[in-house]
Amino acid sequence: MTAVPLKVTDLTAGYGPTRIISNVSFEVPAGRKLVVLGRNGVGKTTLLSAVMGLCTQHGGTIALGEEALSGRKTSRRAMMGLGYVPQTRDIFQSLTVEQNLSTGIRAGSDARLDEAYELFPRLAERRRNLGSQLSGGEQQMLSIARTLLGHPSILLLDEPLEGLAPIICDELMSTITELASSRAISIILVEQQIERALVFGEDAIIIERGQIAWEGAVSALRADRDLIETYIGVGIH
Amino acid sequence: MTAIGTTTAAGAPRLPGWVRYEVTAFAVVTALGLIGYLVFPFDLALLTRIIAVTFLVLSLDLVTGYAGVVTLGQAAIFGVAAYAVGNACLAGITDPVMLLGVGIIAGALMGLVSGVLISRFSALPQLVISIAFGQLVAALANKLAQFTGGSDGLAGFAPSAVLGVFEFDIFGRTSFGFSLVVLAVVLALLLRFVQSPFGLMCRGIRDDALRARMIGTAVYPRLIVMYGVSGAVAGVGGALSAINVGVVSLHSVSFEMSAEALVMLVVGGAGHLLGAVFGSILFQIFGHFVGSTNPFHWMTIVGGTLILITLFAPKGLYSAFASAMAKFRKSRVSQ
Repeated sequence: MTAVPLKVTDLTAGYGPTRIISNVSFEVPAGRKLVVLGRNGVGKTTLLSAVMGLCTQHGGTIALGEEALSGRKTSRRAMMGLGYVPQTRDIFQSLTVEQNLSTGIRAGSDARLDEAYELFPRLAERRRNLGSQLSGGEQQMLSIARTLLGHPSILLLDEPLEGLAPIICDELMSTITELASSRAISIILVEQQIERALVFGEDAIIIERGQIAWEGAVSALRADRDLIETYIGVGIH
Repeated sequence: MTAIGTTTAAGAPRLPGWVRYEVTAFAVVTALGLIGYLVFPFDLALLTRIIAVTFLVLSLDLVTGYAGVVTLGQAAIFGVAAYAVGNACLAGITDPVMLLGVGIIAGALMGLVSGVLISRFSALPQLVISIAFGQLVAALANKLAQFTGGSDGLAGFAPSAVLGVFEFDIFGRTSFGFSLVVLAVVLALLLRFVQSPFGLMCRGIRDDALRARMIGTAVYPRLIVMYGVSGAVAGVGGALSAINVGVVSLHSVSFEMSAEALVMLVVGGAGHLLGAVFGSILFQIFGHFVGSTNPFHWMTIVGGTLILITLFAPKGLYSAFASAMAKFRKSRVSQ
């Protein structure tokens, strides 16, 4: 698939009647890398869930290219080009690495398992291991690789580095960065590790209490460290 | 997967891993059948019955063990296929292979219908719907006596010779041989099927249906299709039962039959086709011999044994056996 822009307009969403995010609007142009920042519990994961159709959408619109996503089932959104890697990883525990990857290949697709192994050589070494036998980092690699085998036009990554050792974080971010430059794909990255996110992203939005508090280029955010201090409460070096 | 046509170090052609597995399973089932034939030559009717019920347990494994749908109404599919075969035979289709086809079609259709109903729900509502579905079919089977014979059962039909050569004999040799060949072939096909992308995704749905949706899988339609396949397998069992016995009774569609099949599956190991086969064989042979040697306390003995198996091998005998074998191999490697 080729990269397609994602446009979110006045999105209000939550769980059941509870509204977590309200009137959120942003756009990810085709092939761009957007990082979503904010403190814990401000609605970053809910935002991705709403885009994916996993929570209740109370208002607003979501469009992938010319296609409206609102009201469509999660599986349909995935088929239309959304690739979602959730915070919980959620690989299939009873399947081997190879079998997990096979489930990511759609009928009629020209995707090959080798694509995943080229991206994450460690998975090739563990191809016969069950999902339940993998480390956290390997599970994350598997989760990302399986999503990529669906050839999404936009990849939604929800805190992929959470709970991983620094060396694995480096490895993973380096692969994601390489992926973004080598494939026609847009990426939205939600991440708590601010420094790594700012190195990766081109555009950024900061969410505060379910609304966008700031949006702009990452370069502008890096230049104004007070902004990060104000909205996220951490200093960057 | 190993590429087809690989060769061994000696240069001899070697089958790929998955084909070897299926060929091995085919050979094991055939060998078990031949052992049964030699050891119990006067109990071929029992062995034939065991094979027919094994198809029911296999079909249950497909939906419960592989796709995570809990059901206590699977016998309805088995029984309806058996009635369909009985009626087809009465209507003039007497060729056993054709009758097998009738059973497969009837089972698949029933599977699709029950899949539409049962797989729409999850957890307890799913279980309740499956029981209600089974009870509804059982009640209909009792009422529609012109097609089912009601409580007297459907009888009076006699299939012709298998492939026009092998007549059904009073010793049950043809029934047994026919059933054994069908079991070996269907099992080999199912072993391939559960390793296909479709089968793997069904296992993924069992593990985490939400995650399956996130990668673009339409879960509900897949479960319905899996139910259709499962129904076809149950249909084979129902067809064999009708062809071999020549009578279809209300027990074929009963709740007890569904519950027994679930127990056999749990004993053998849900999520493993070979576990389903072994569970069915062990449970039925054990029940038969305990029942014949101790007719007063056999249910107590069977019940106690089931509790012990569940306590010490909660994932079923097949998993316990596989785990013991893995430990044995590991200890040999480390020596």
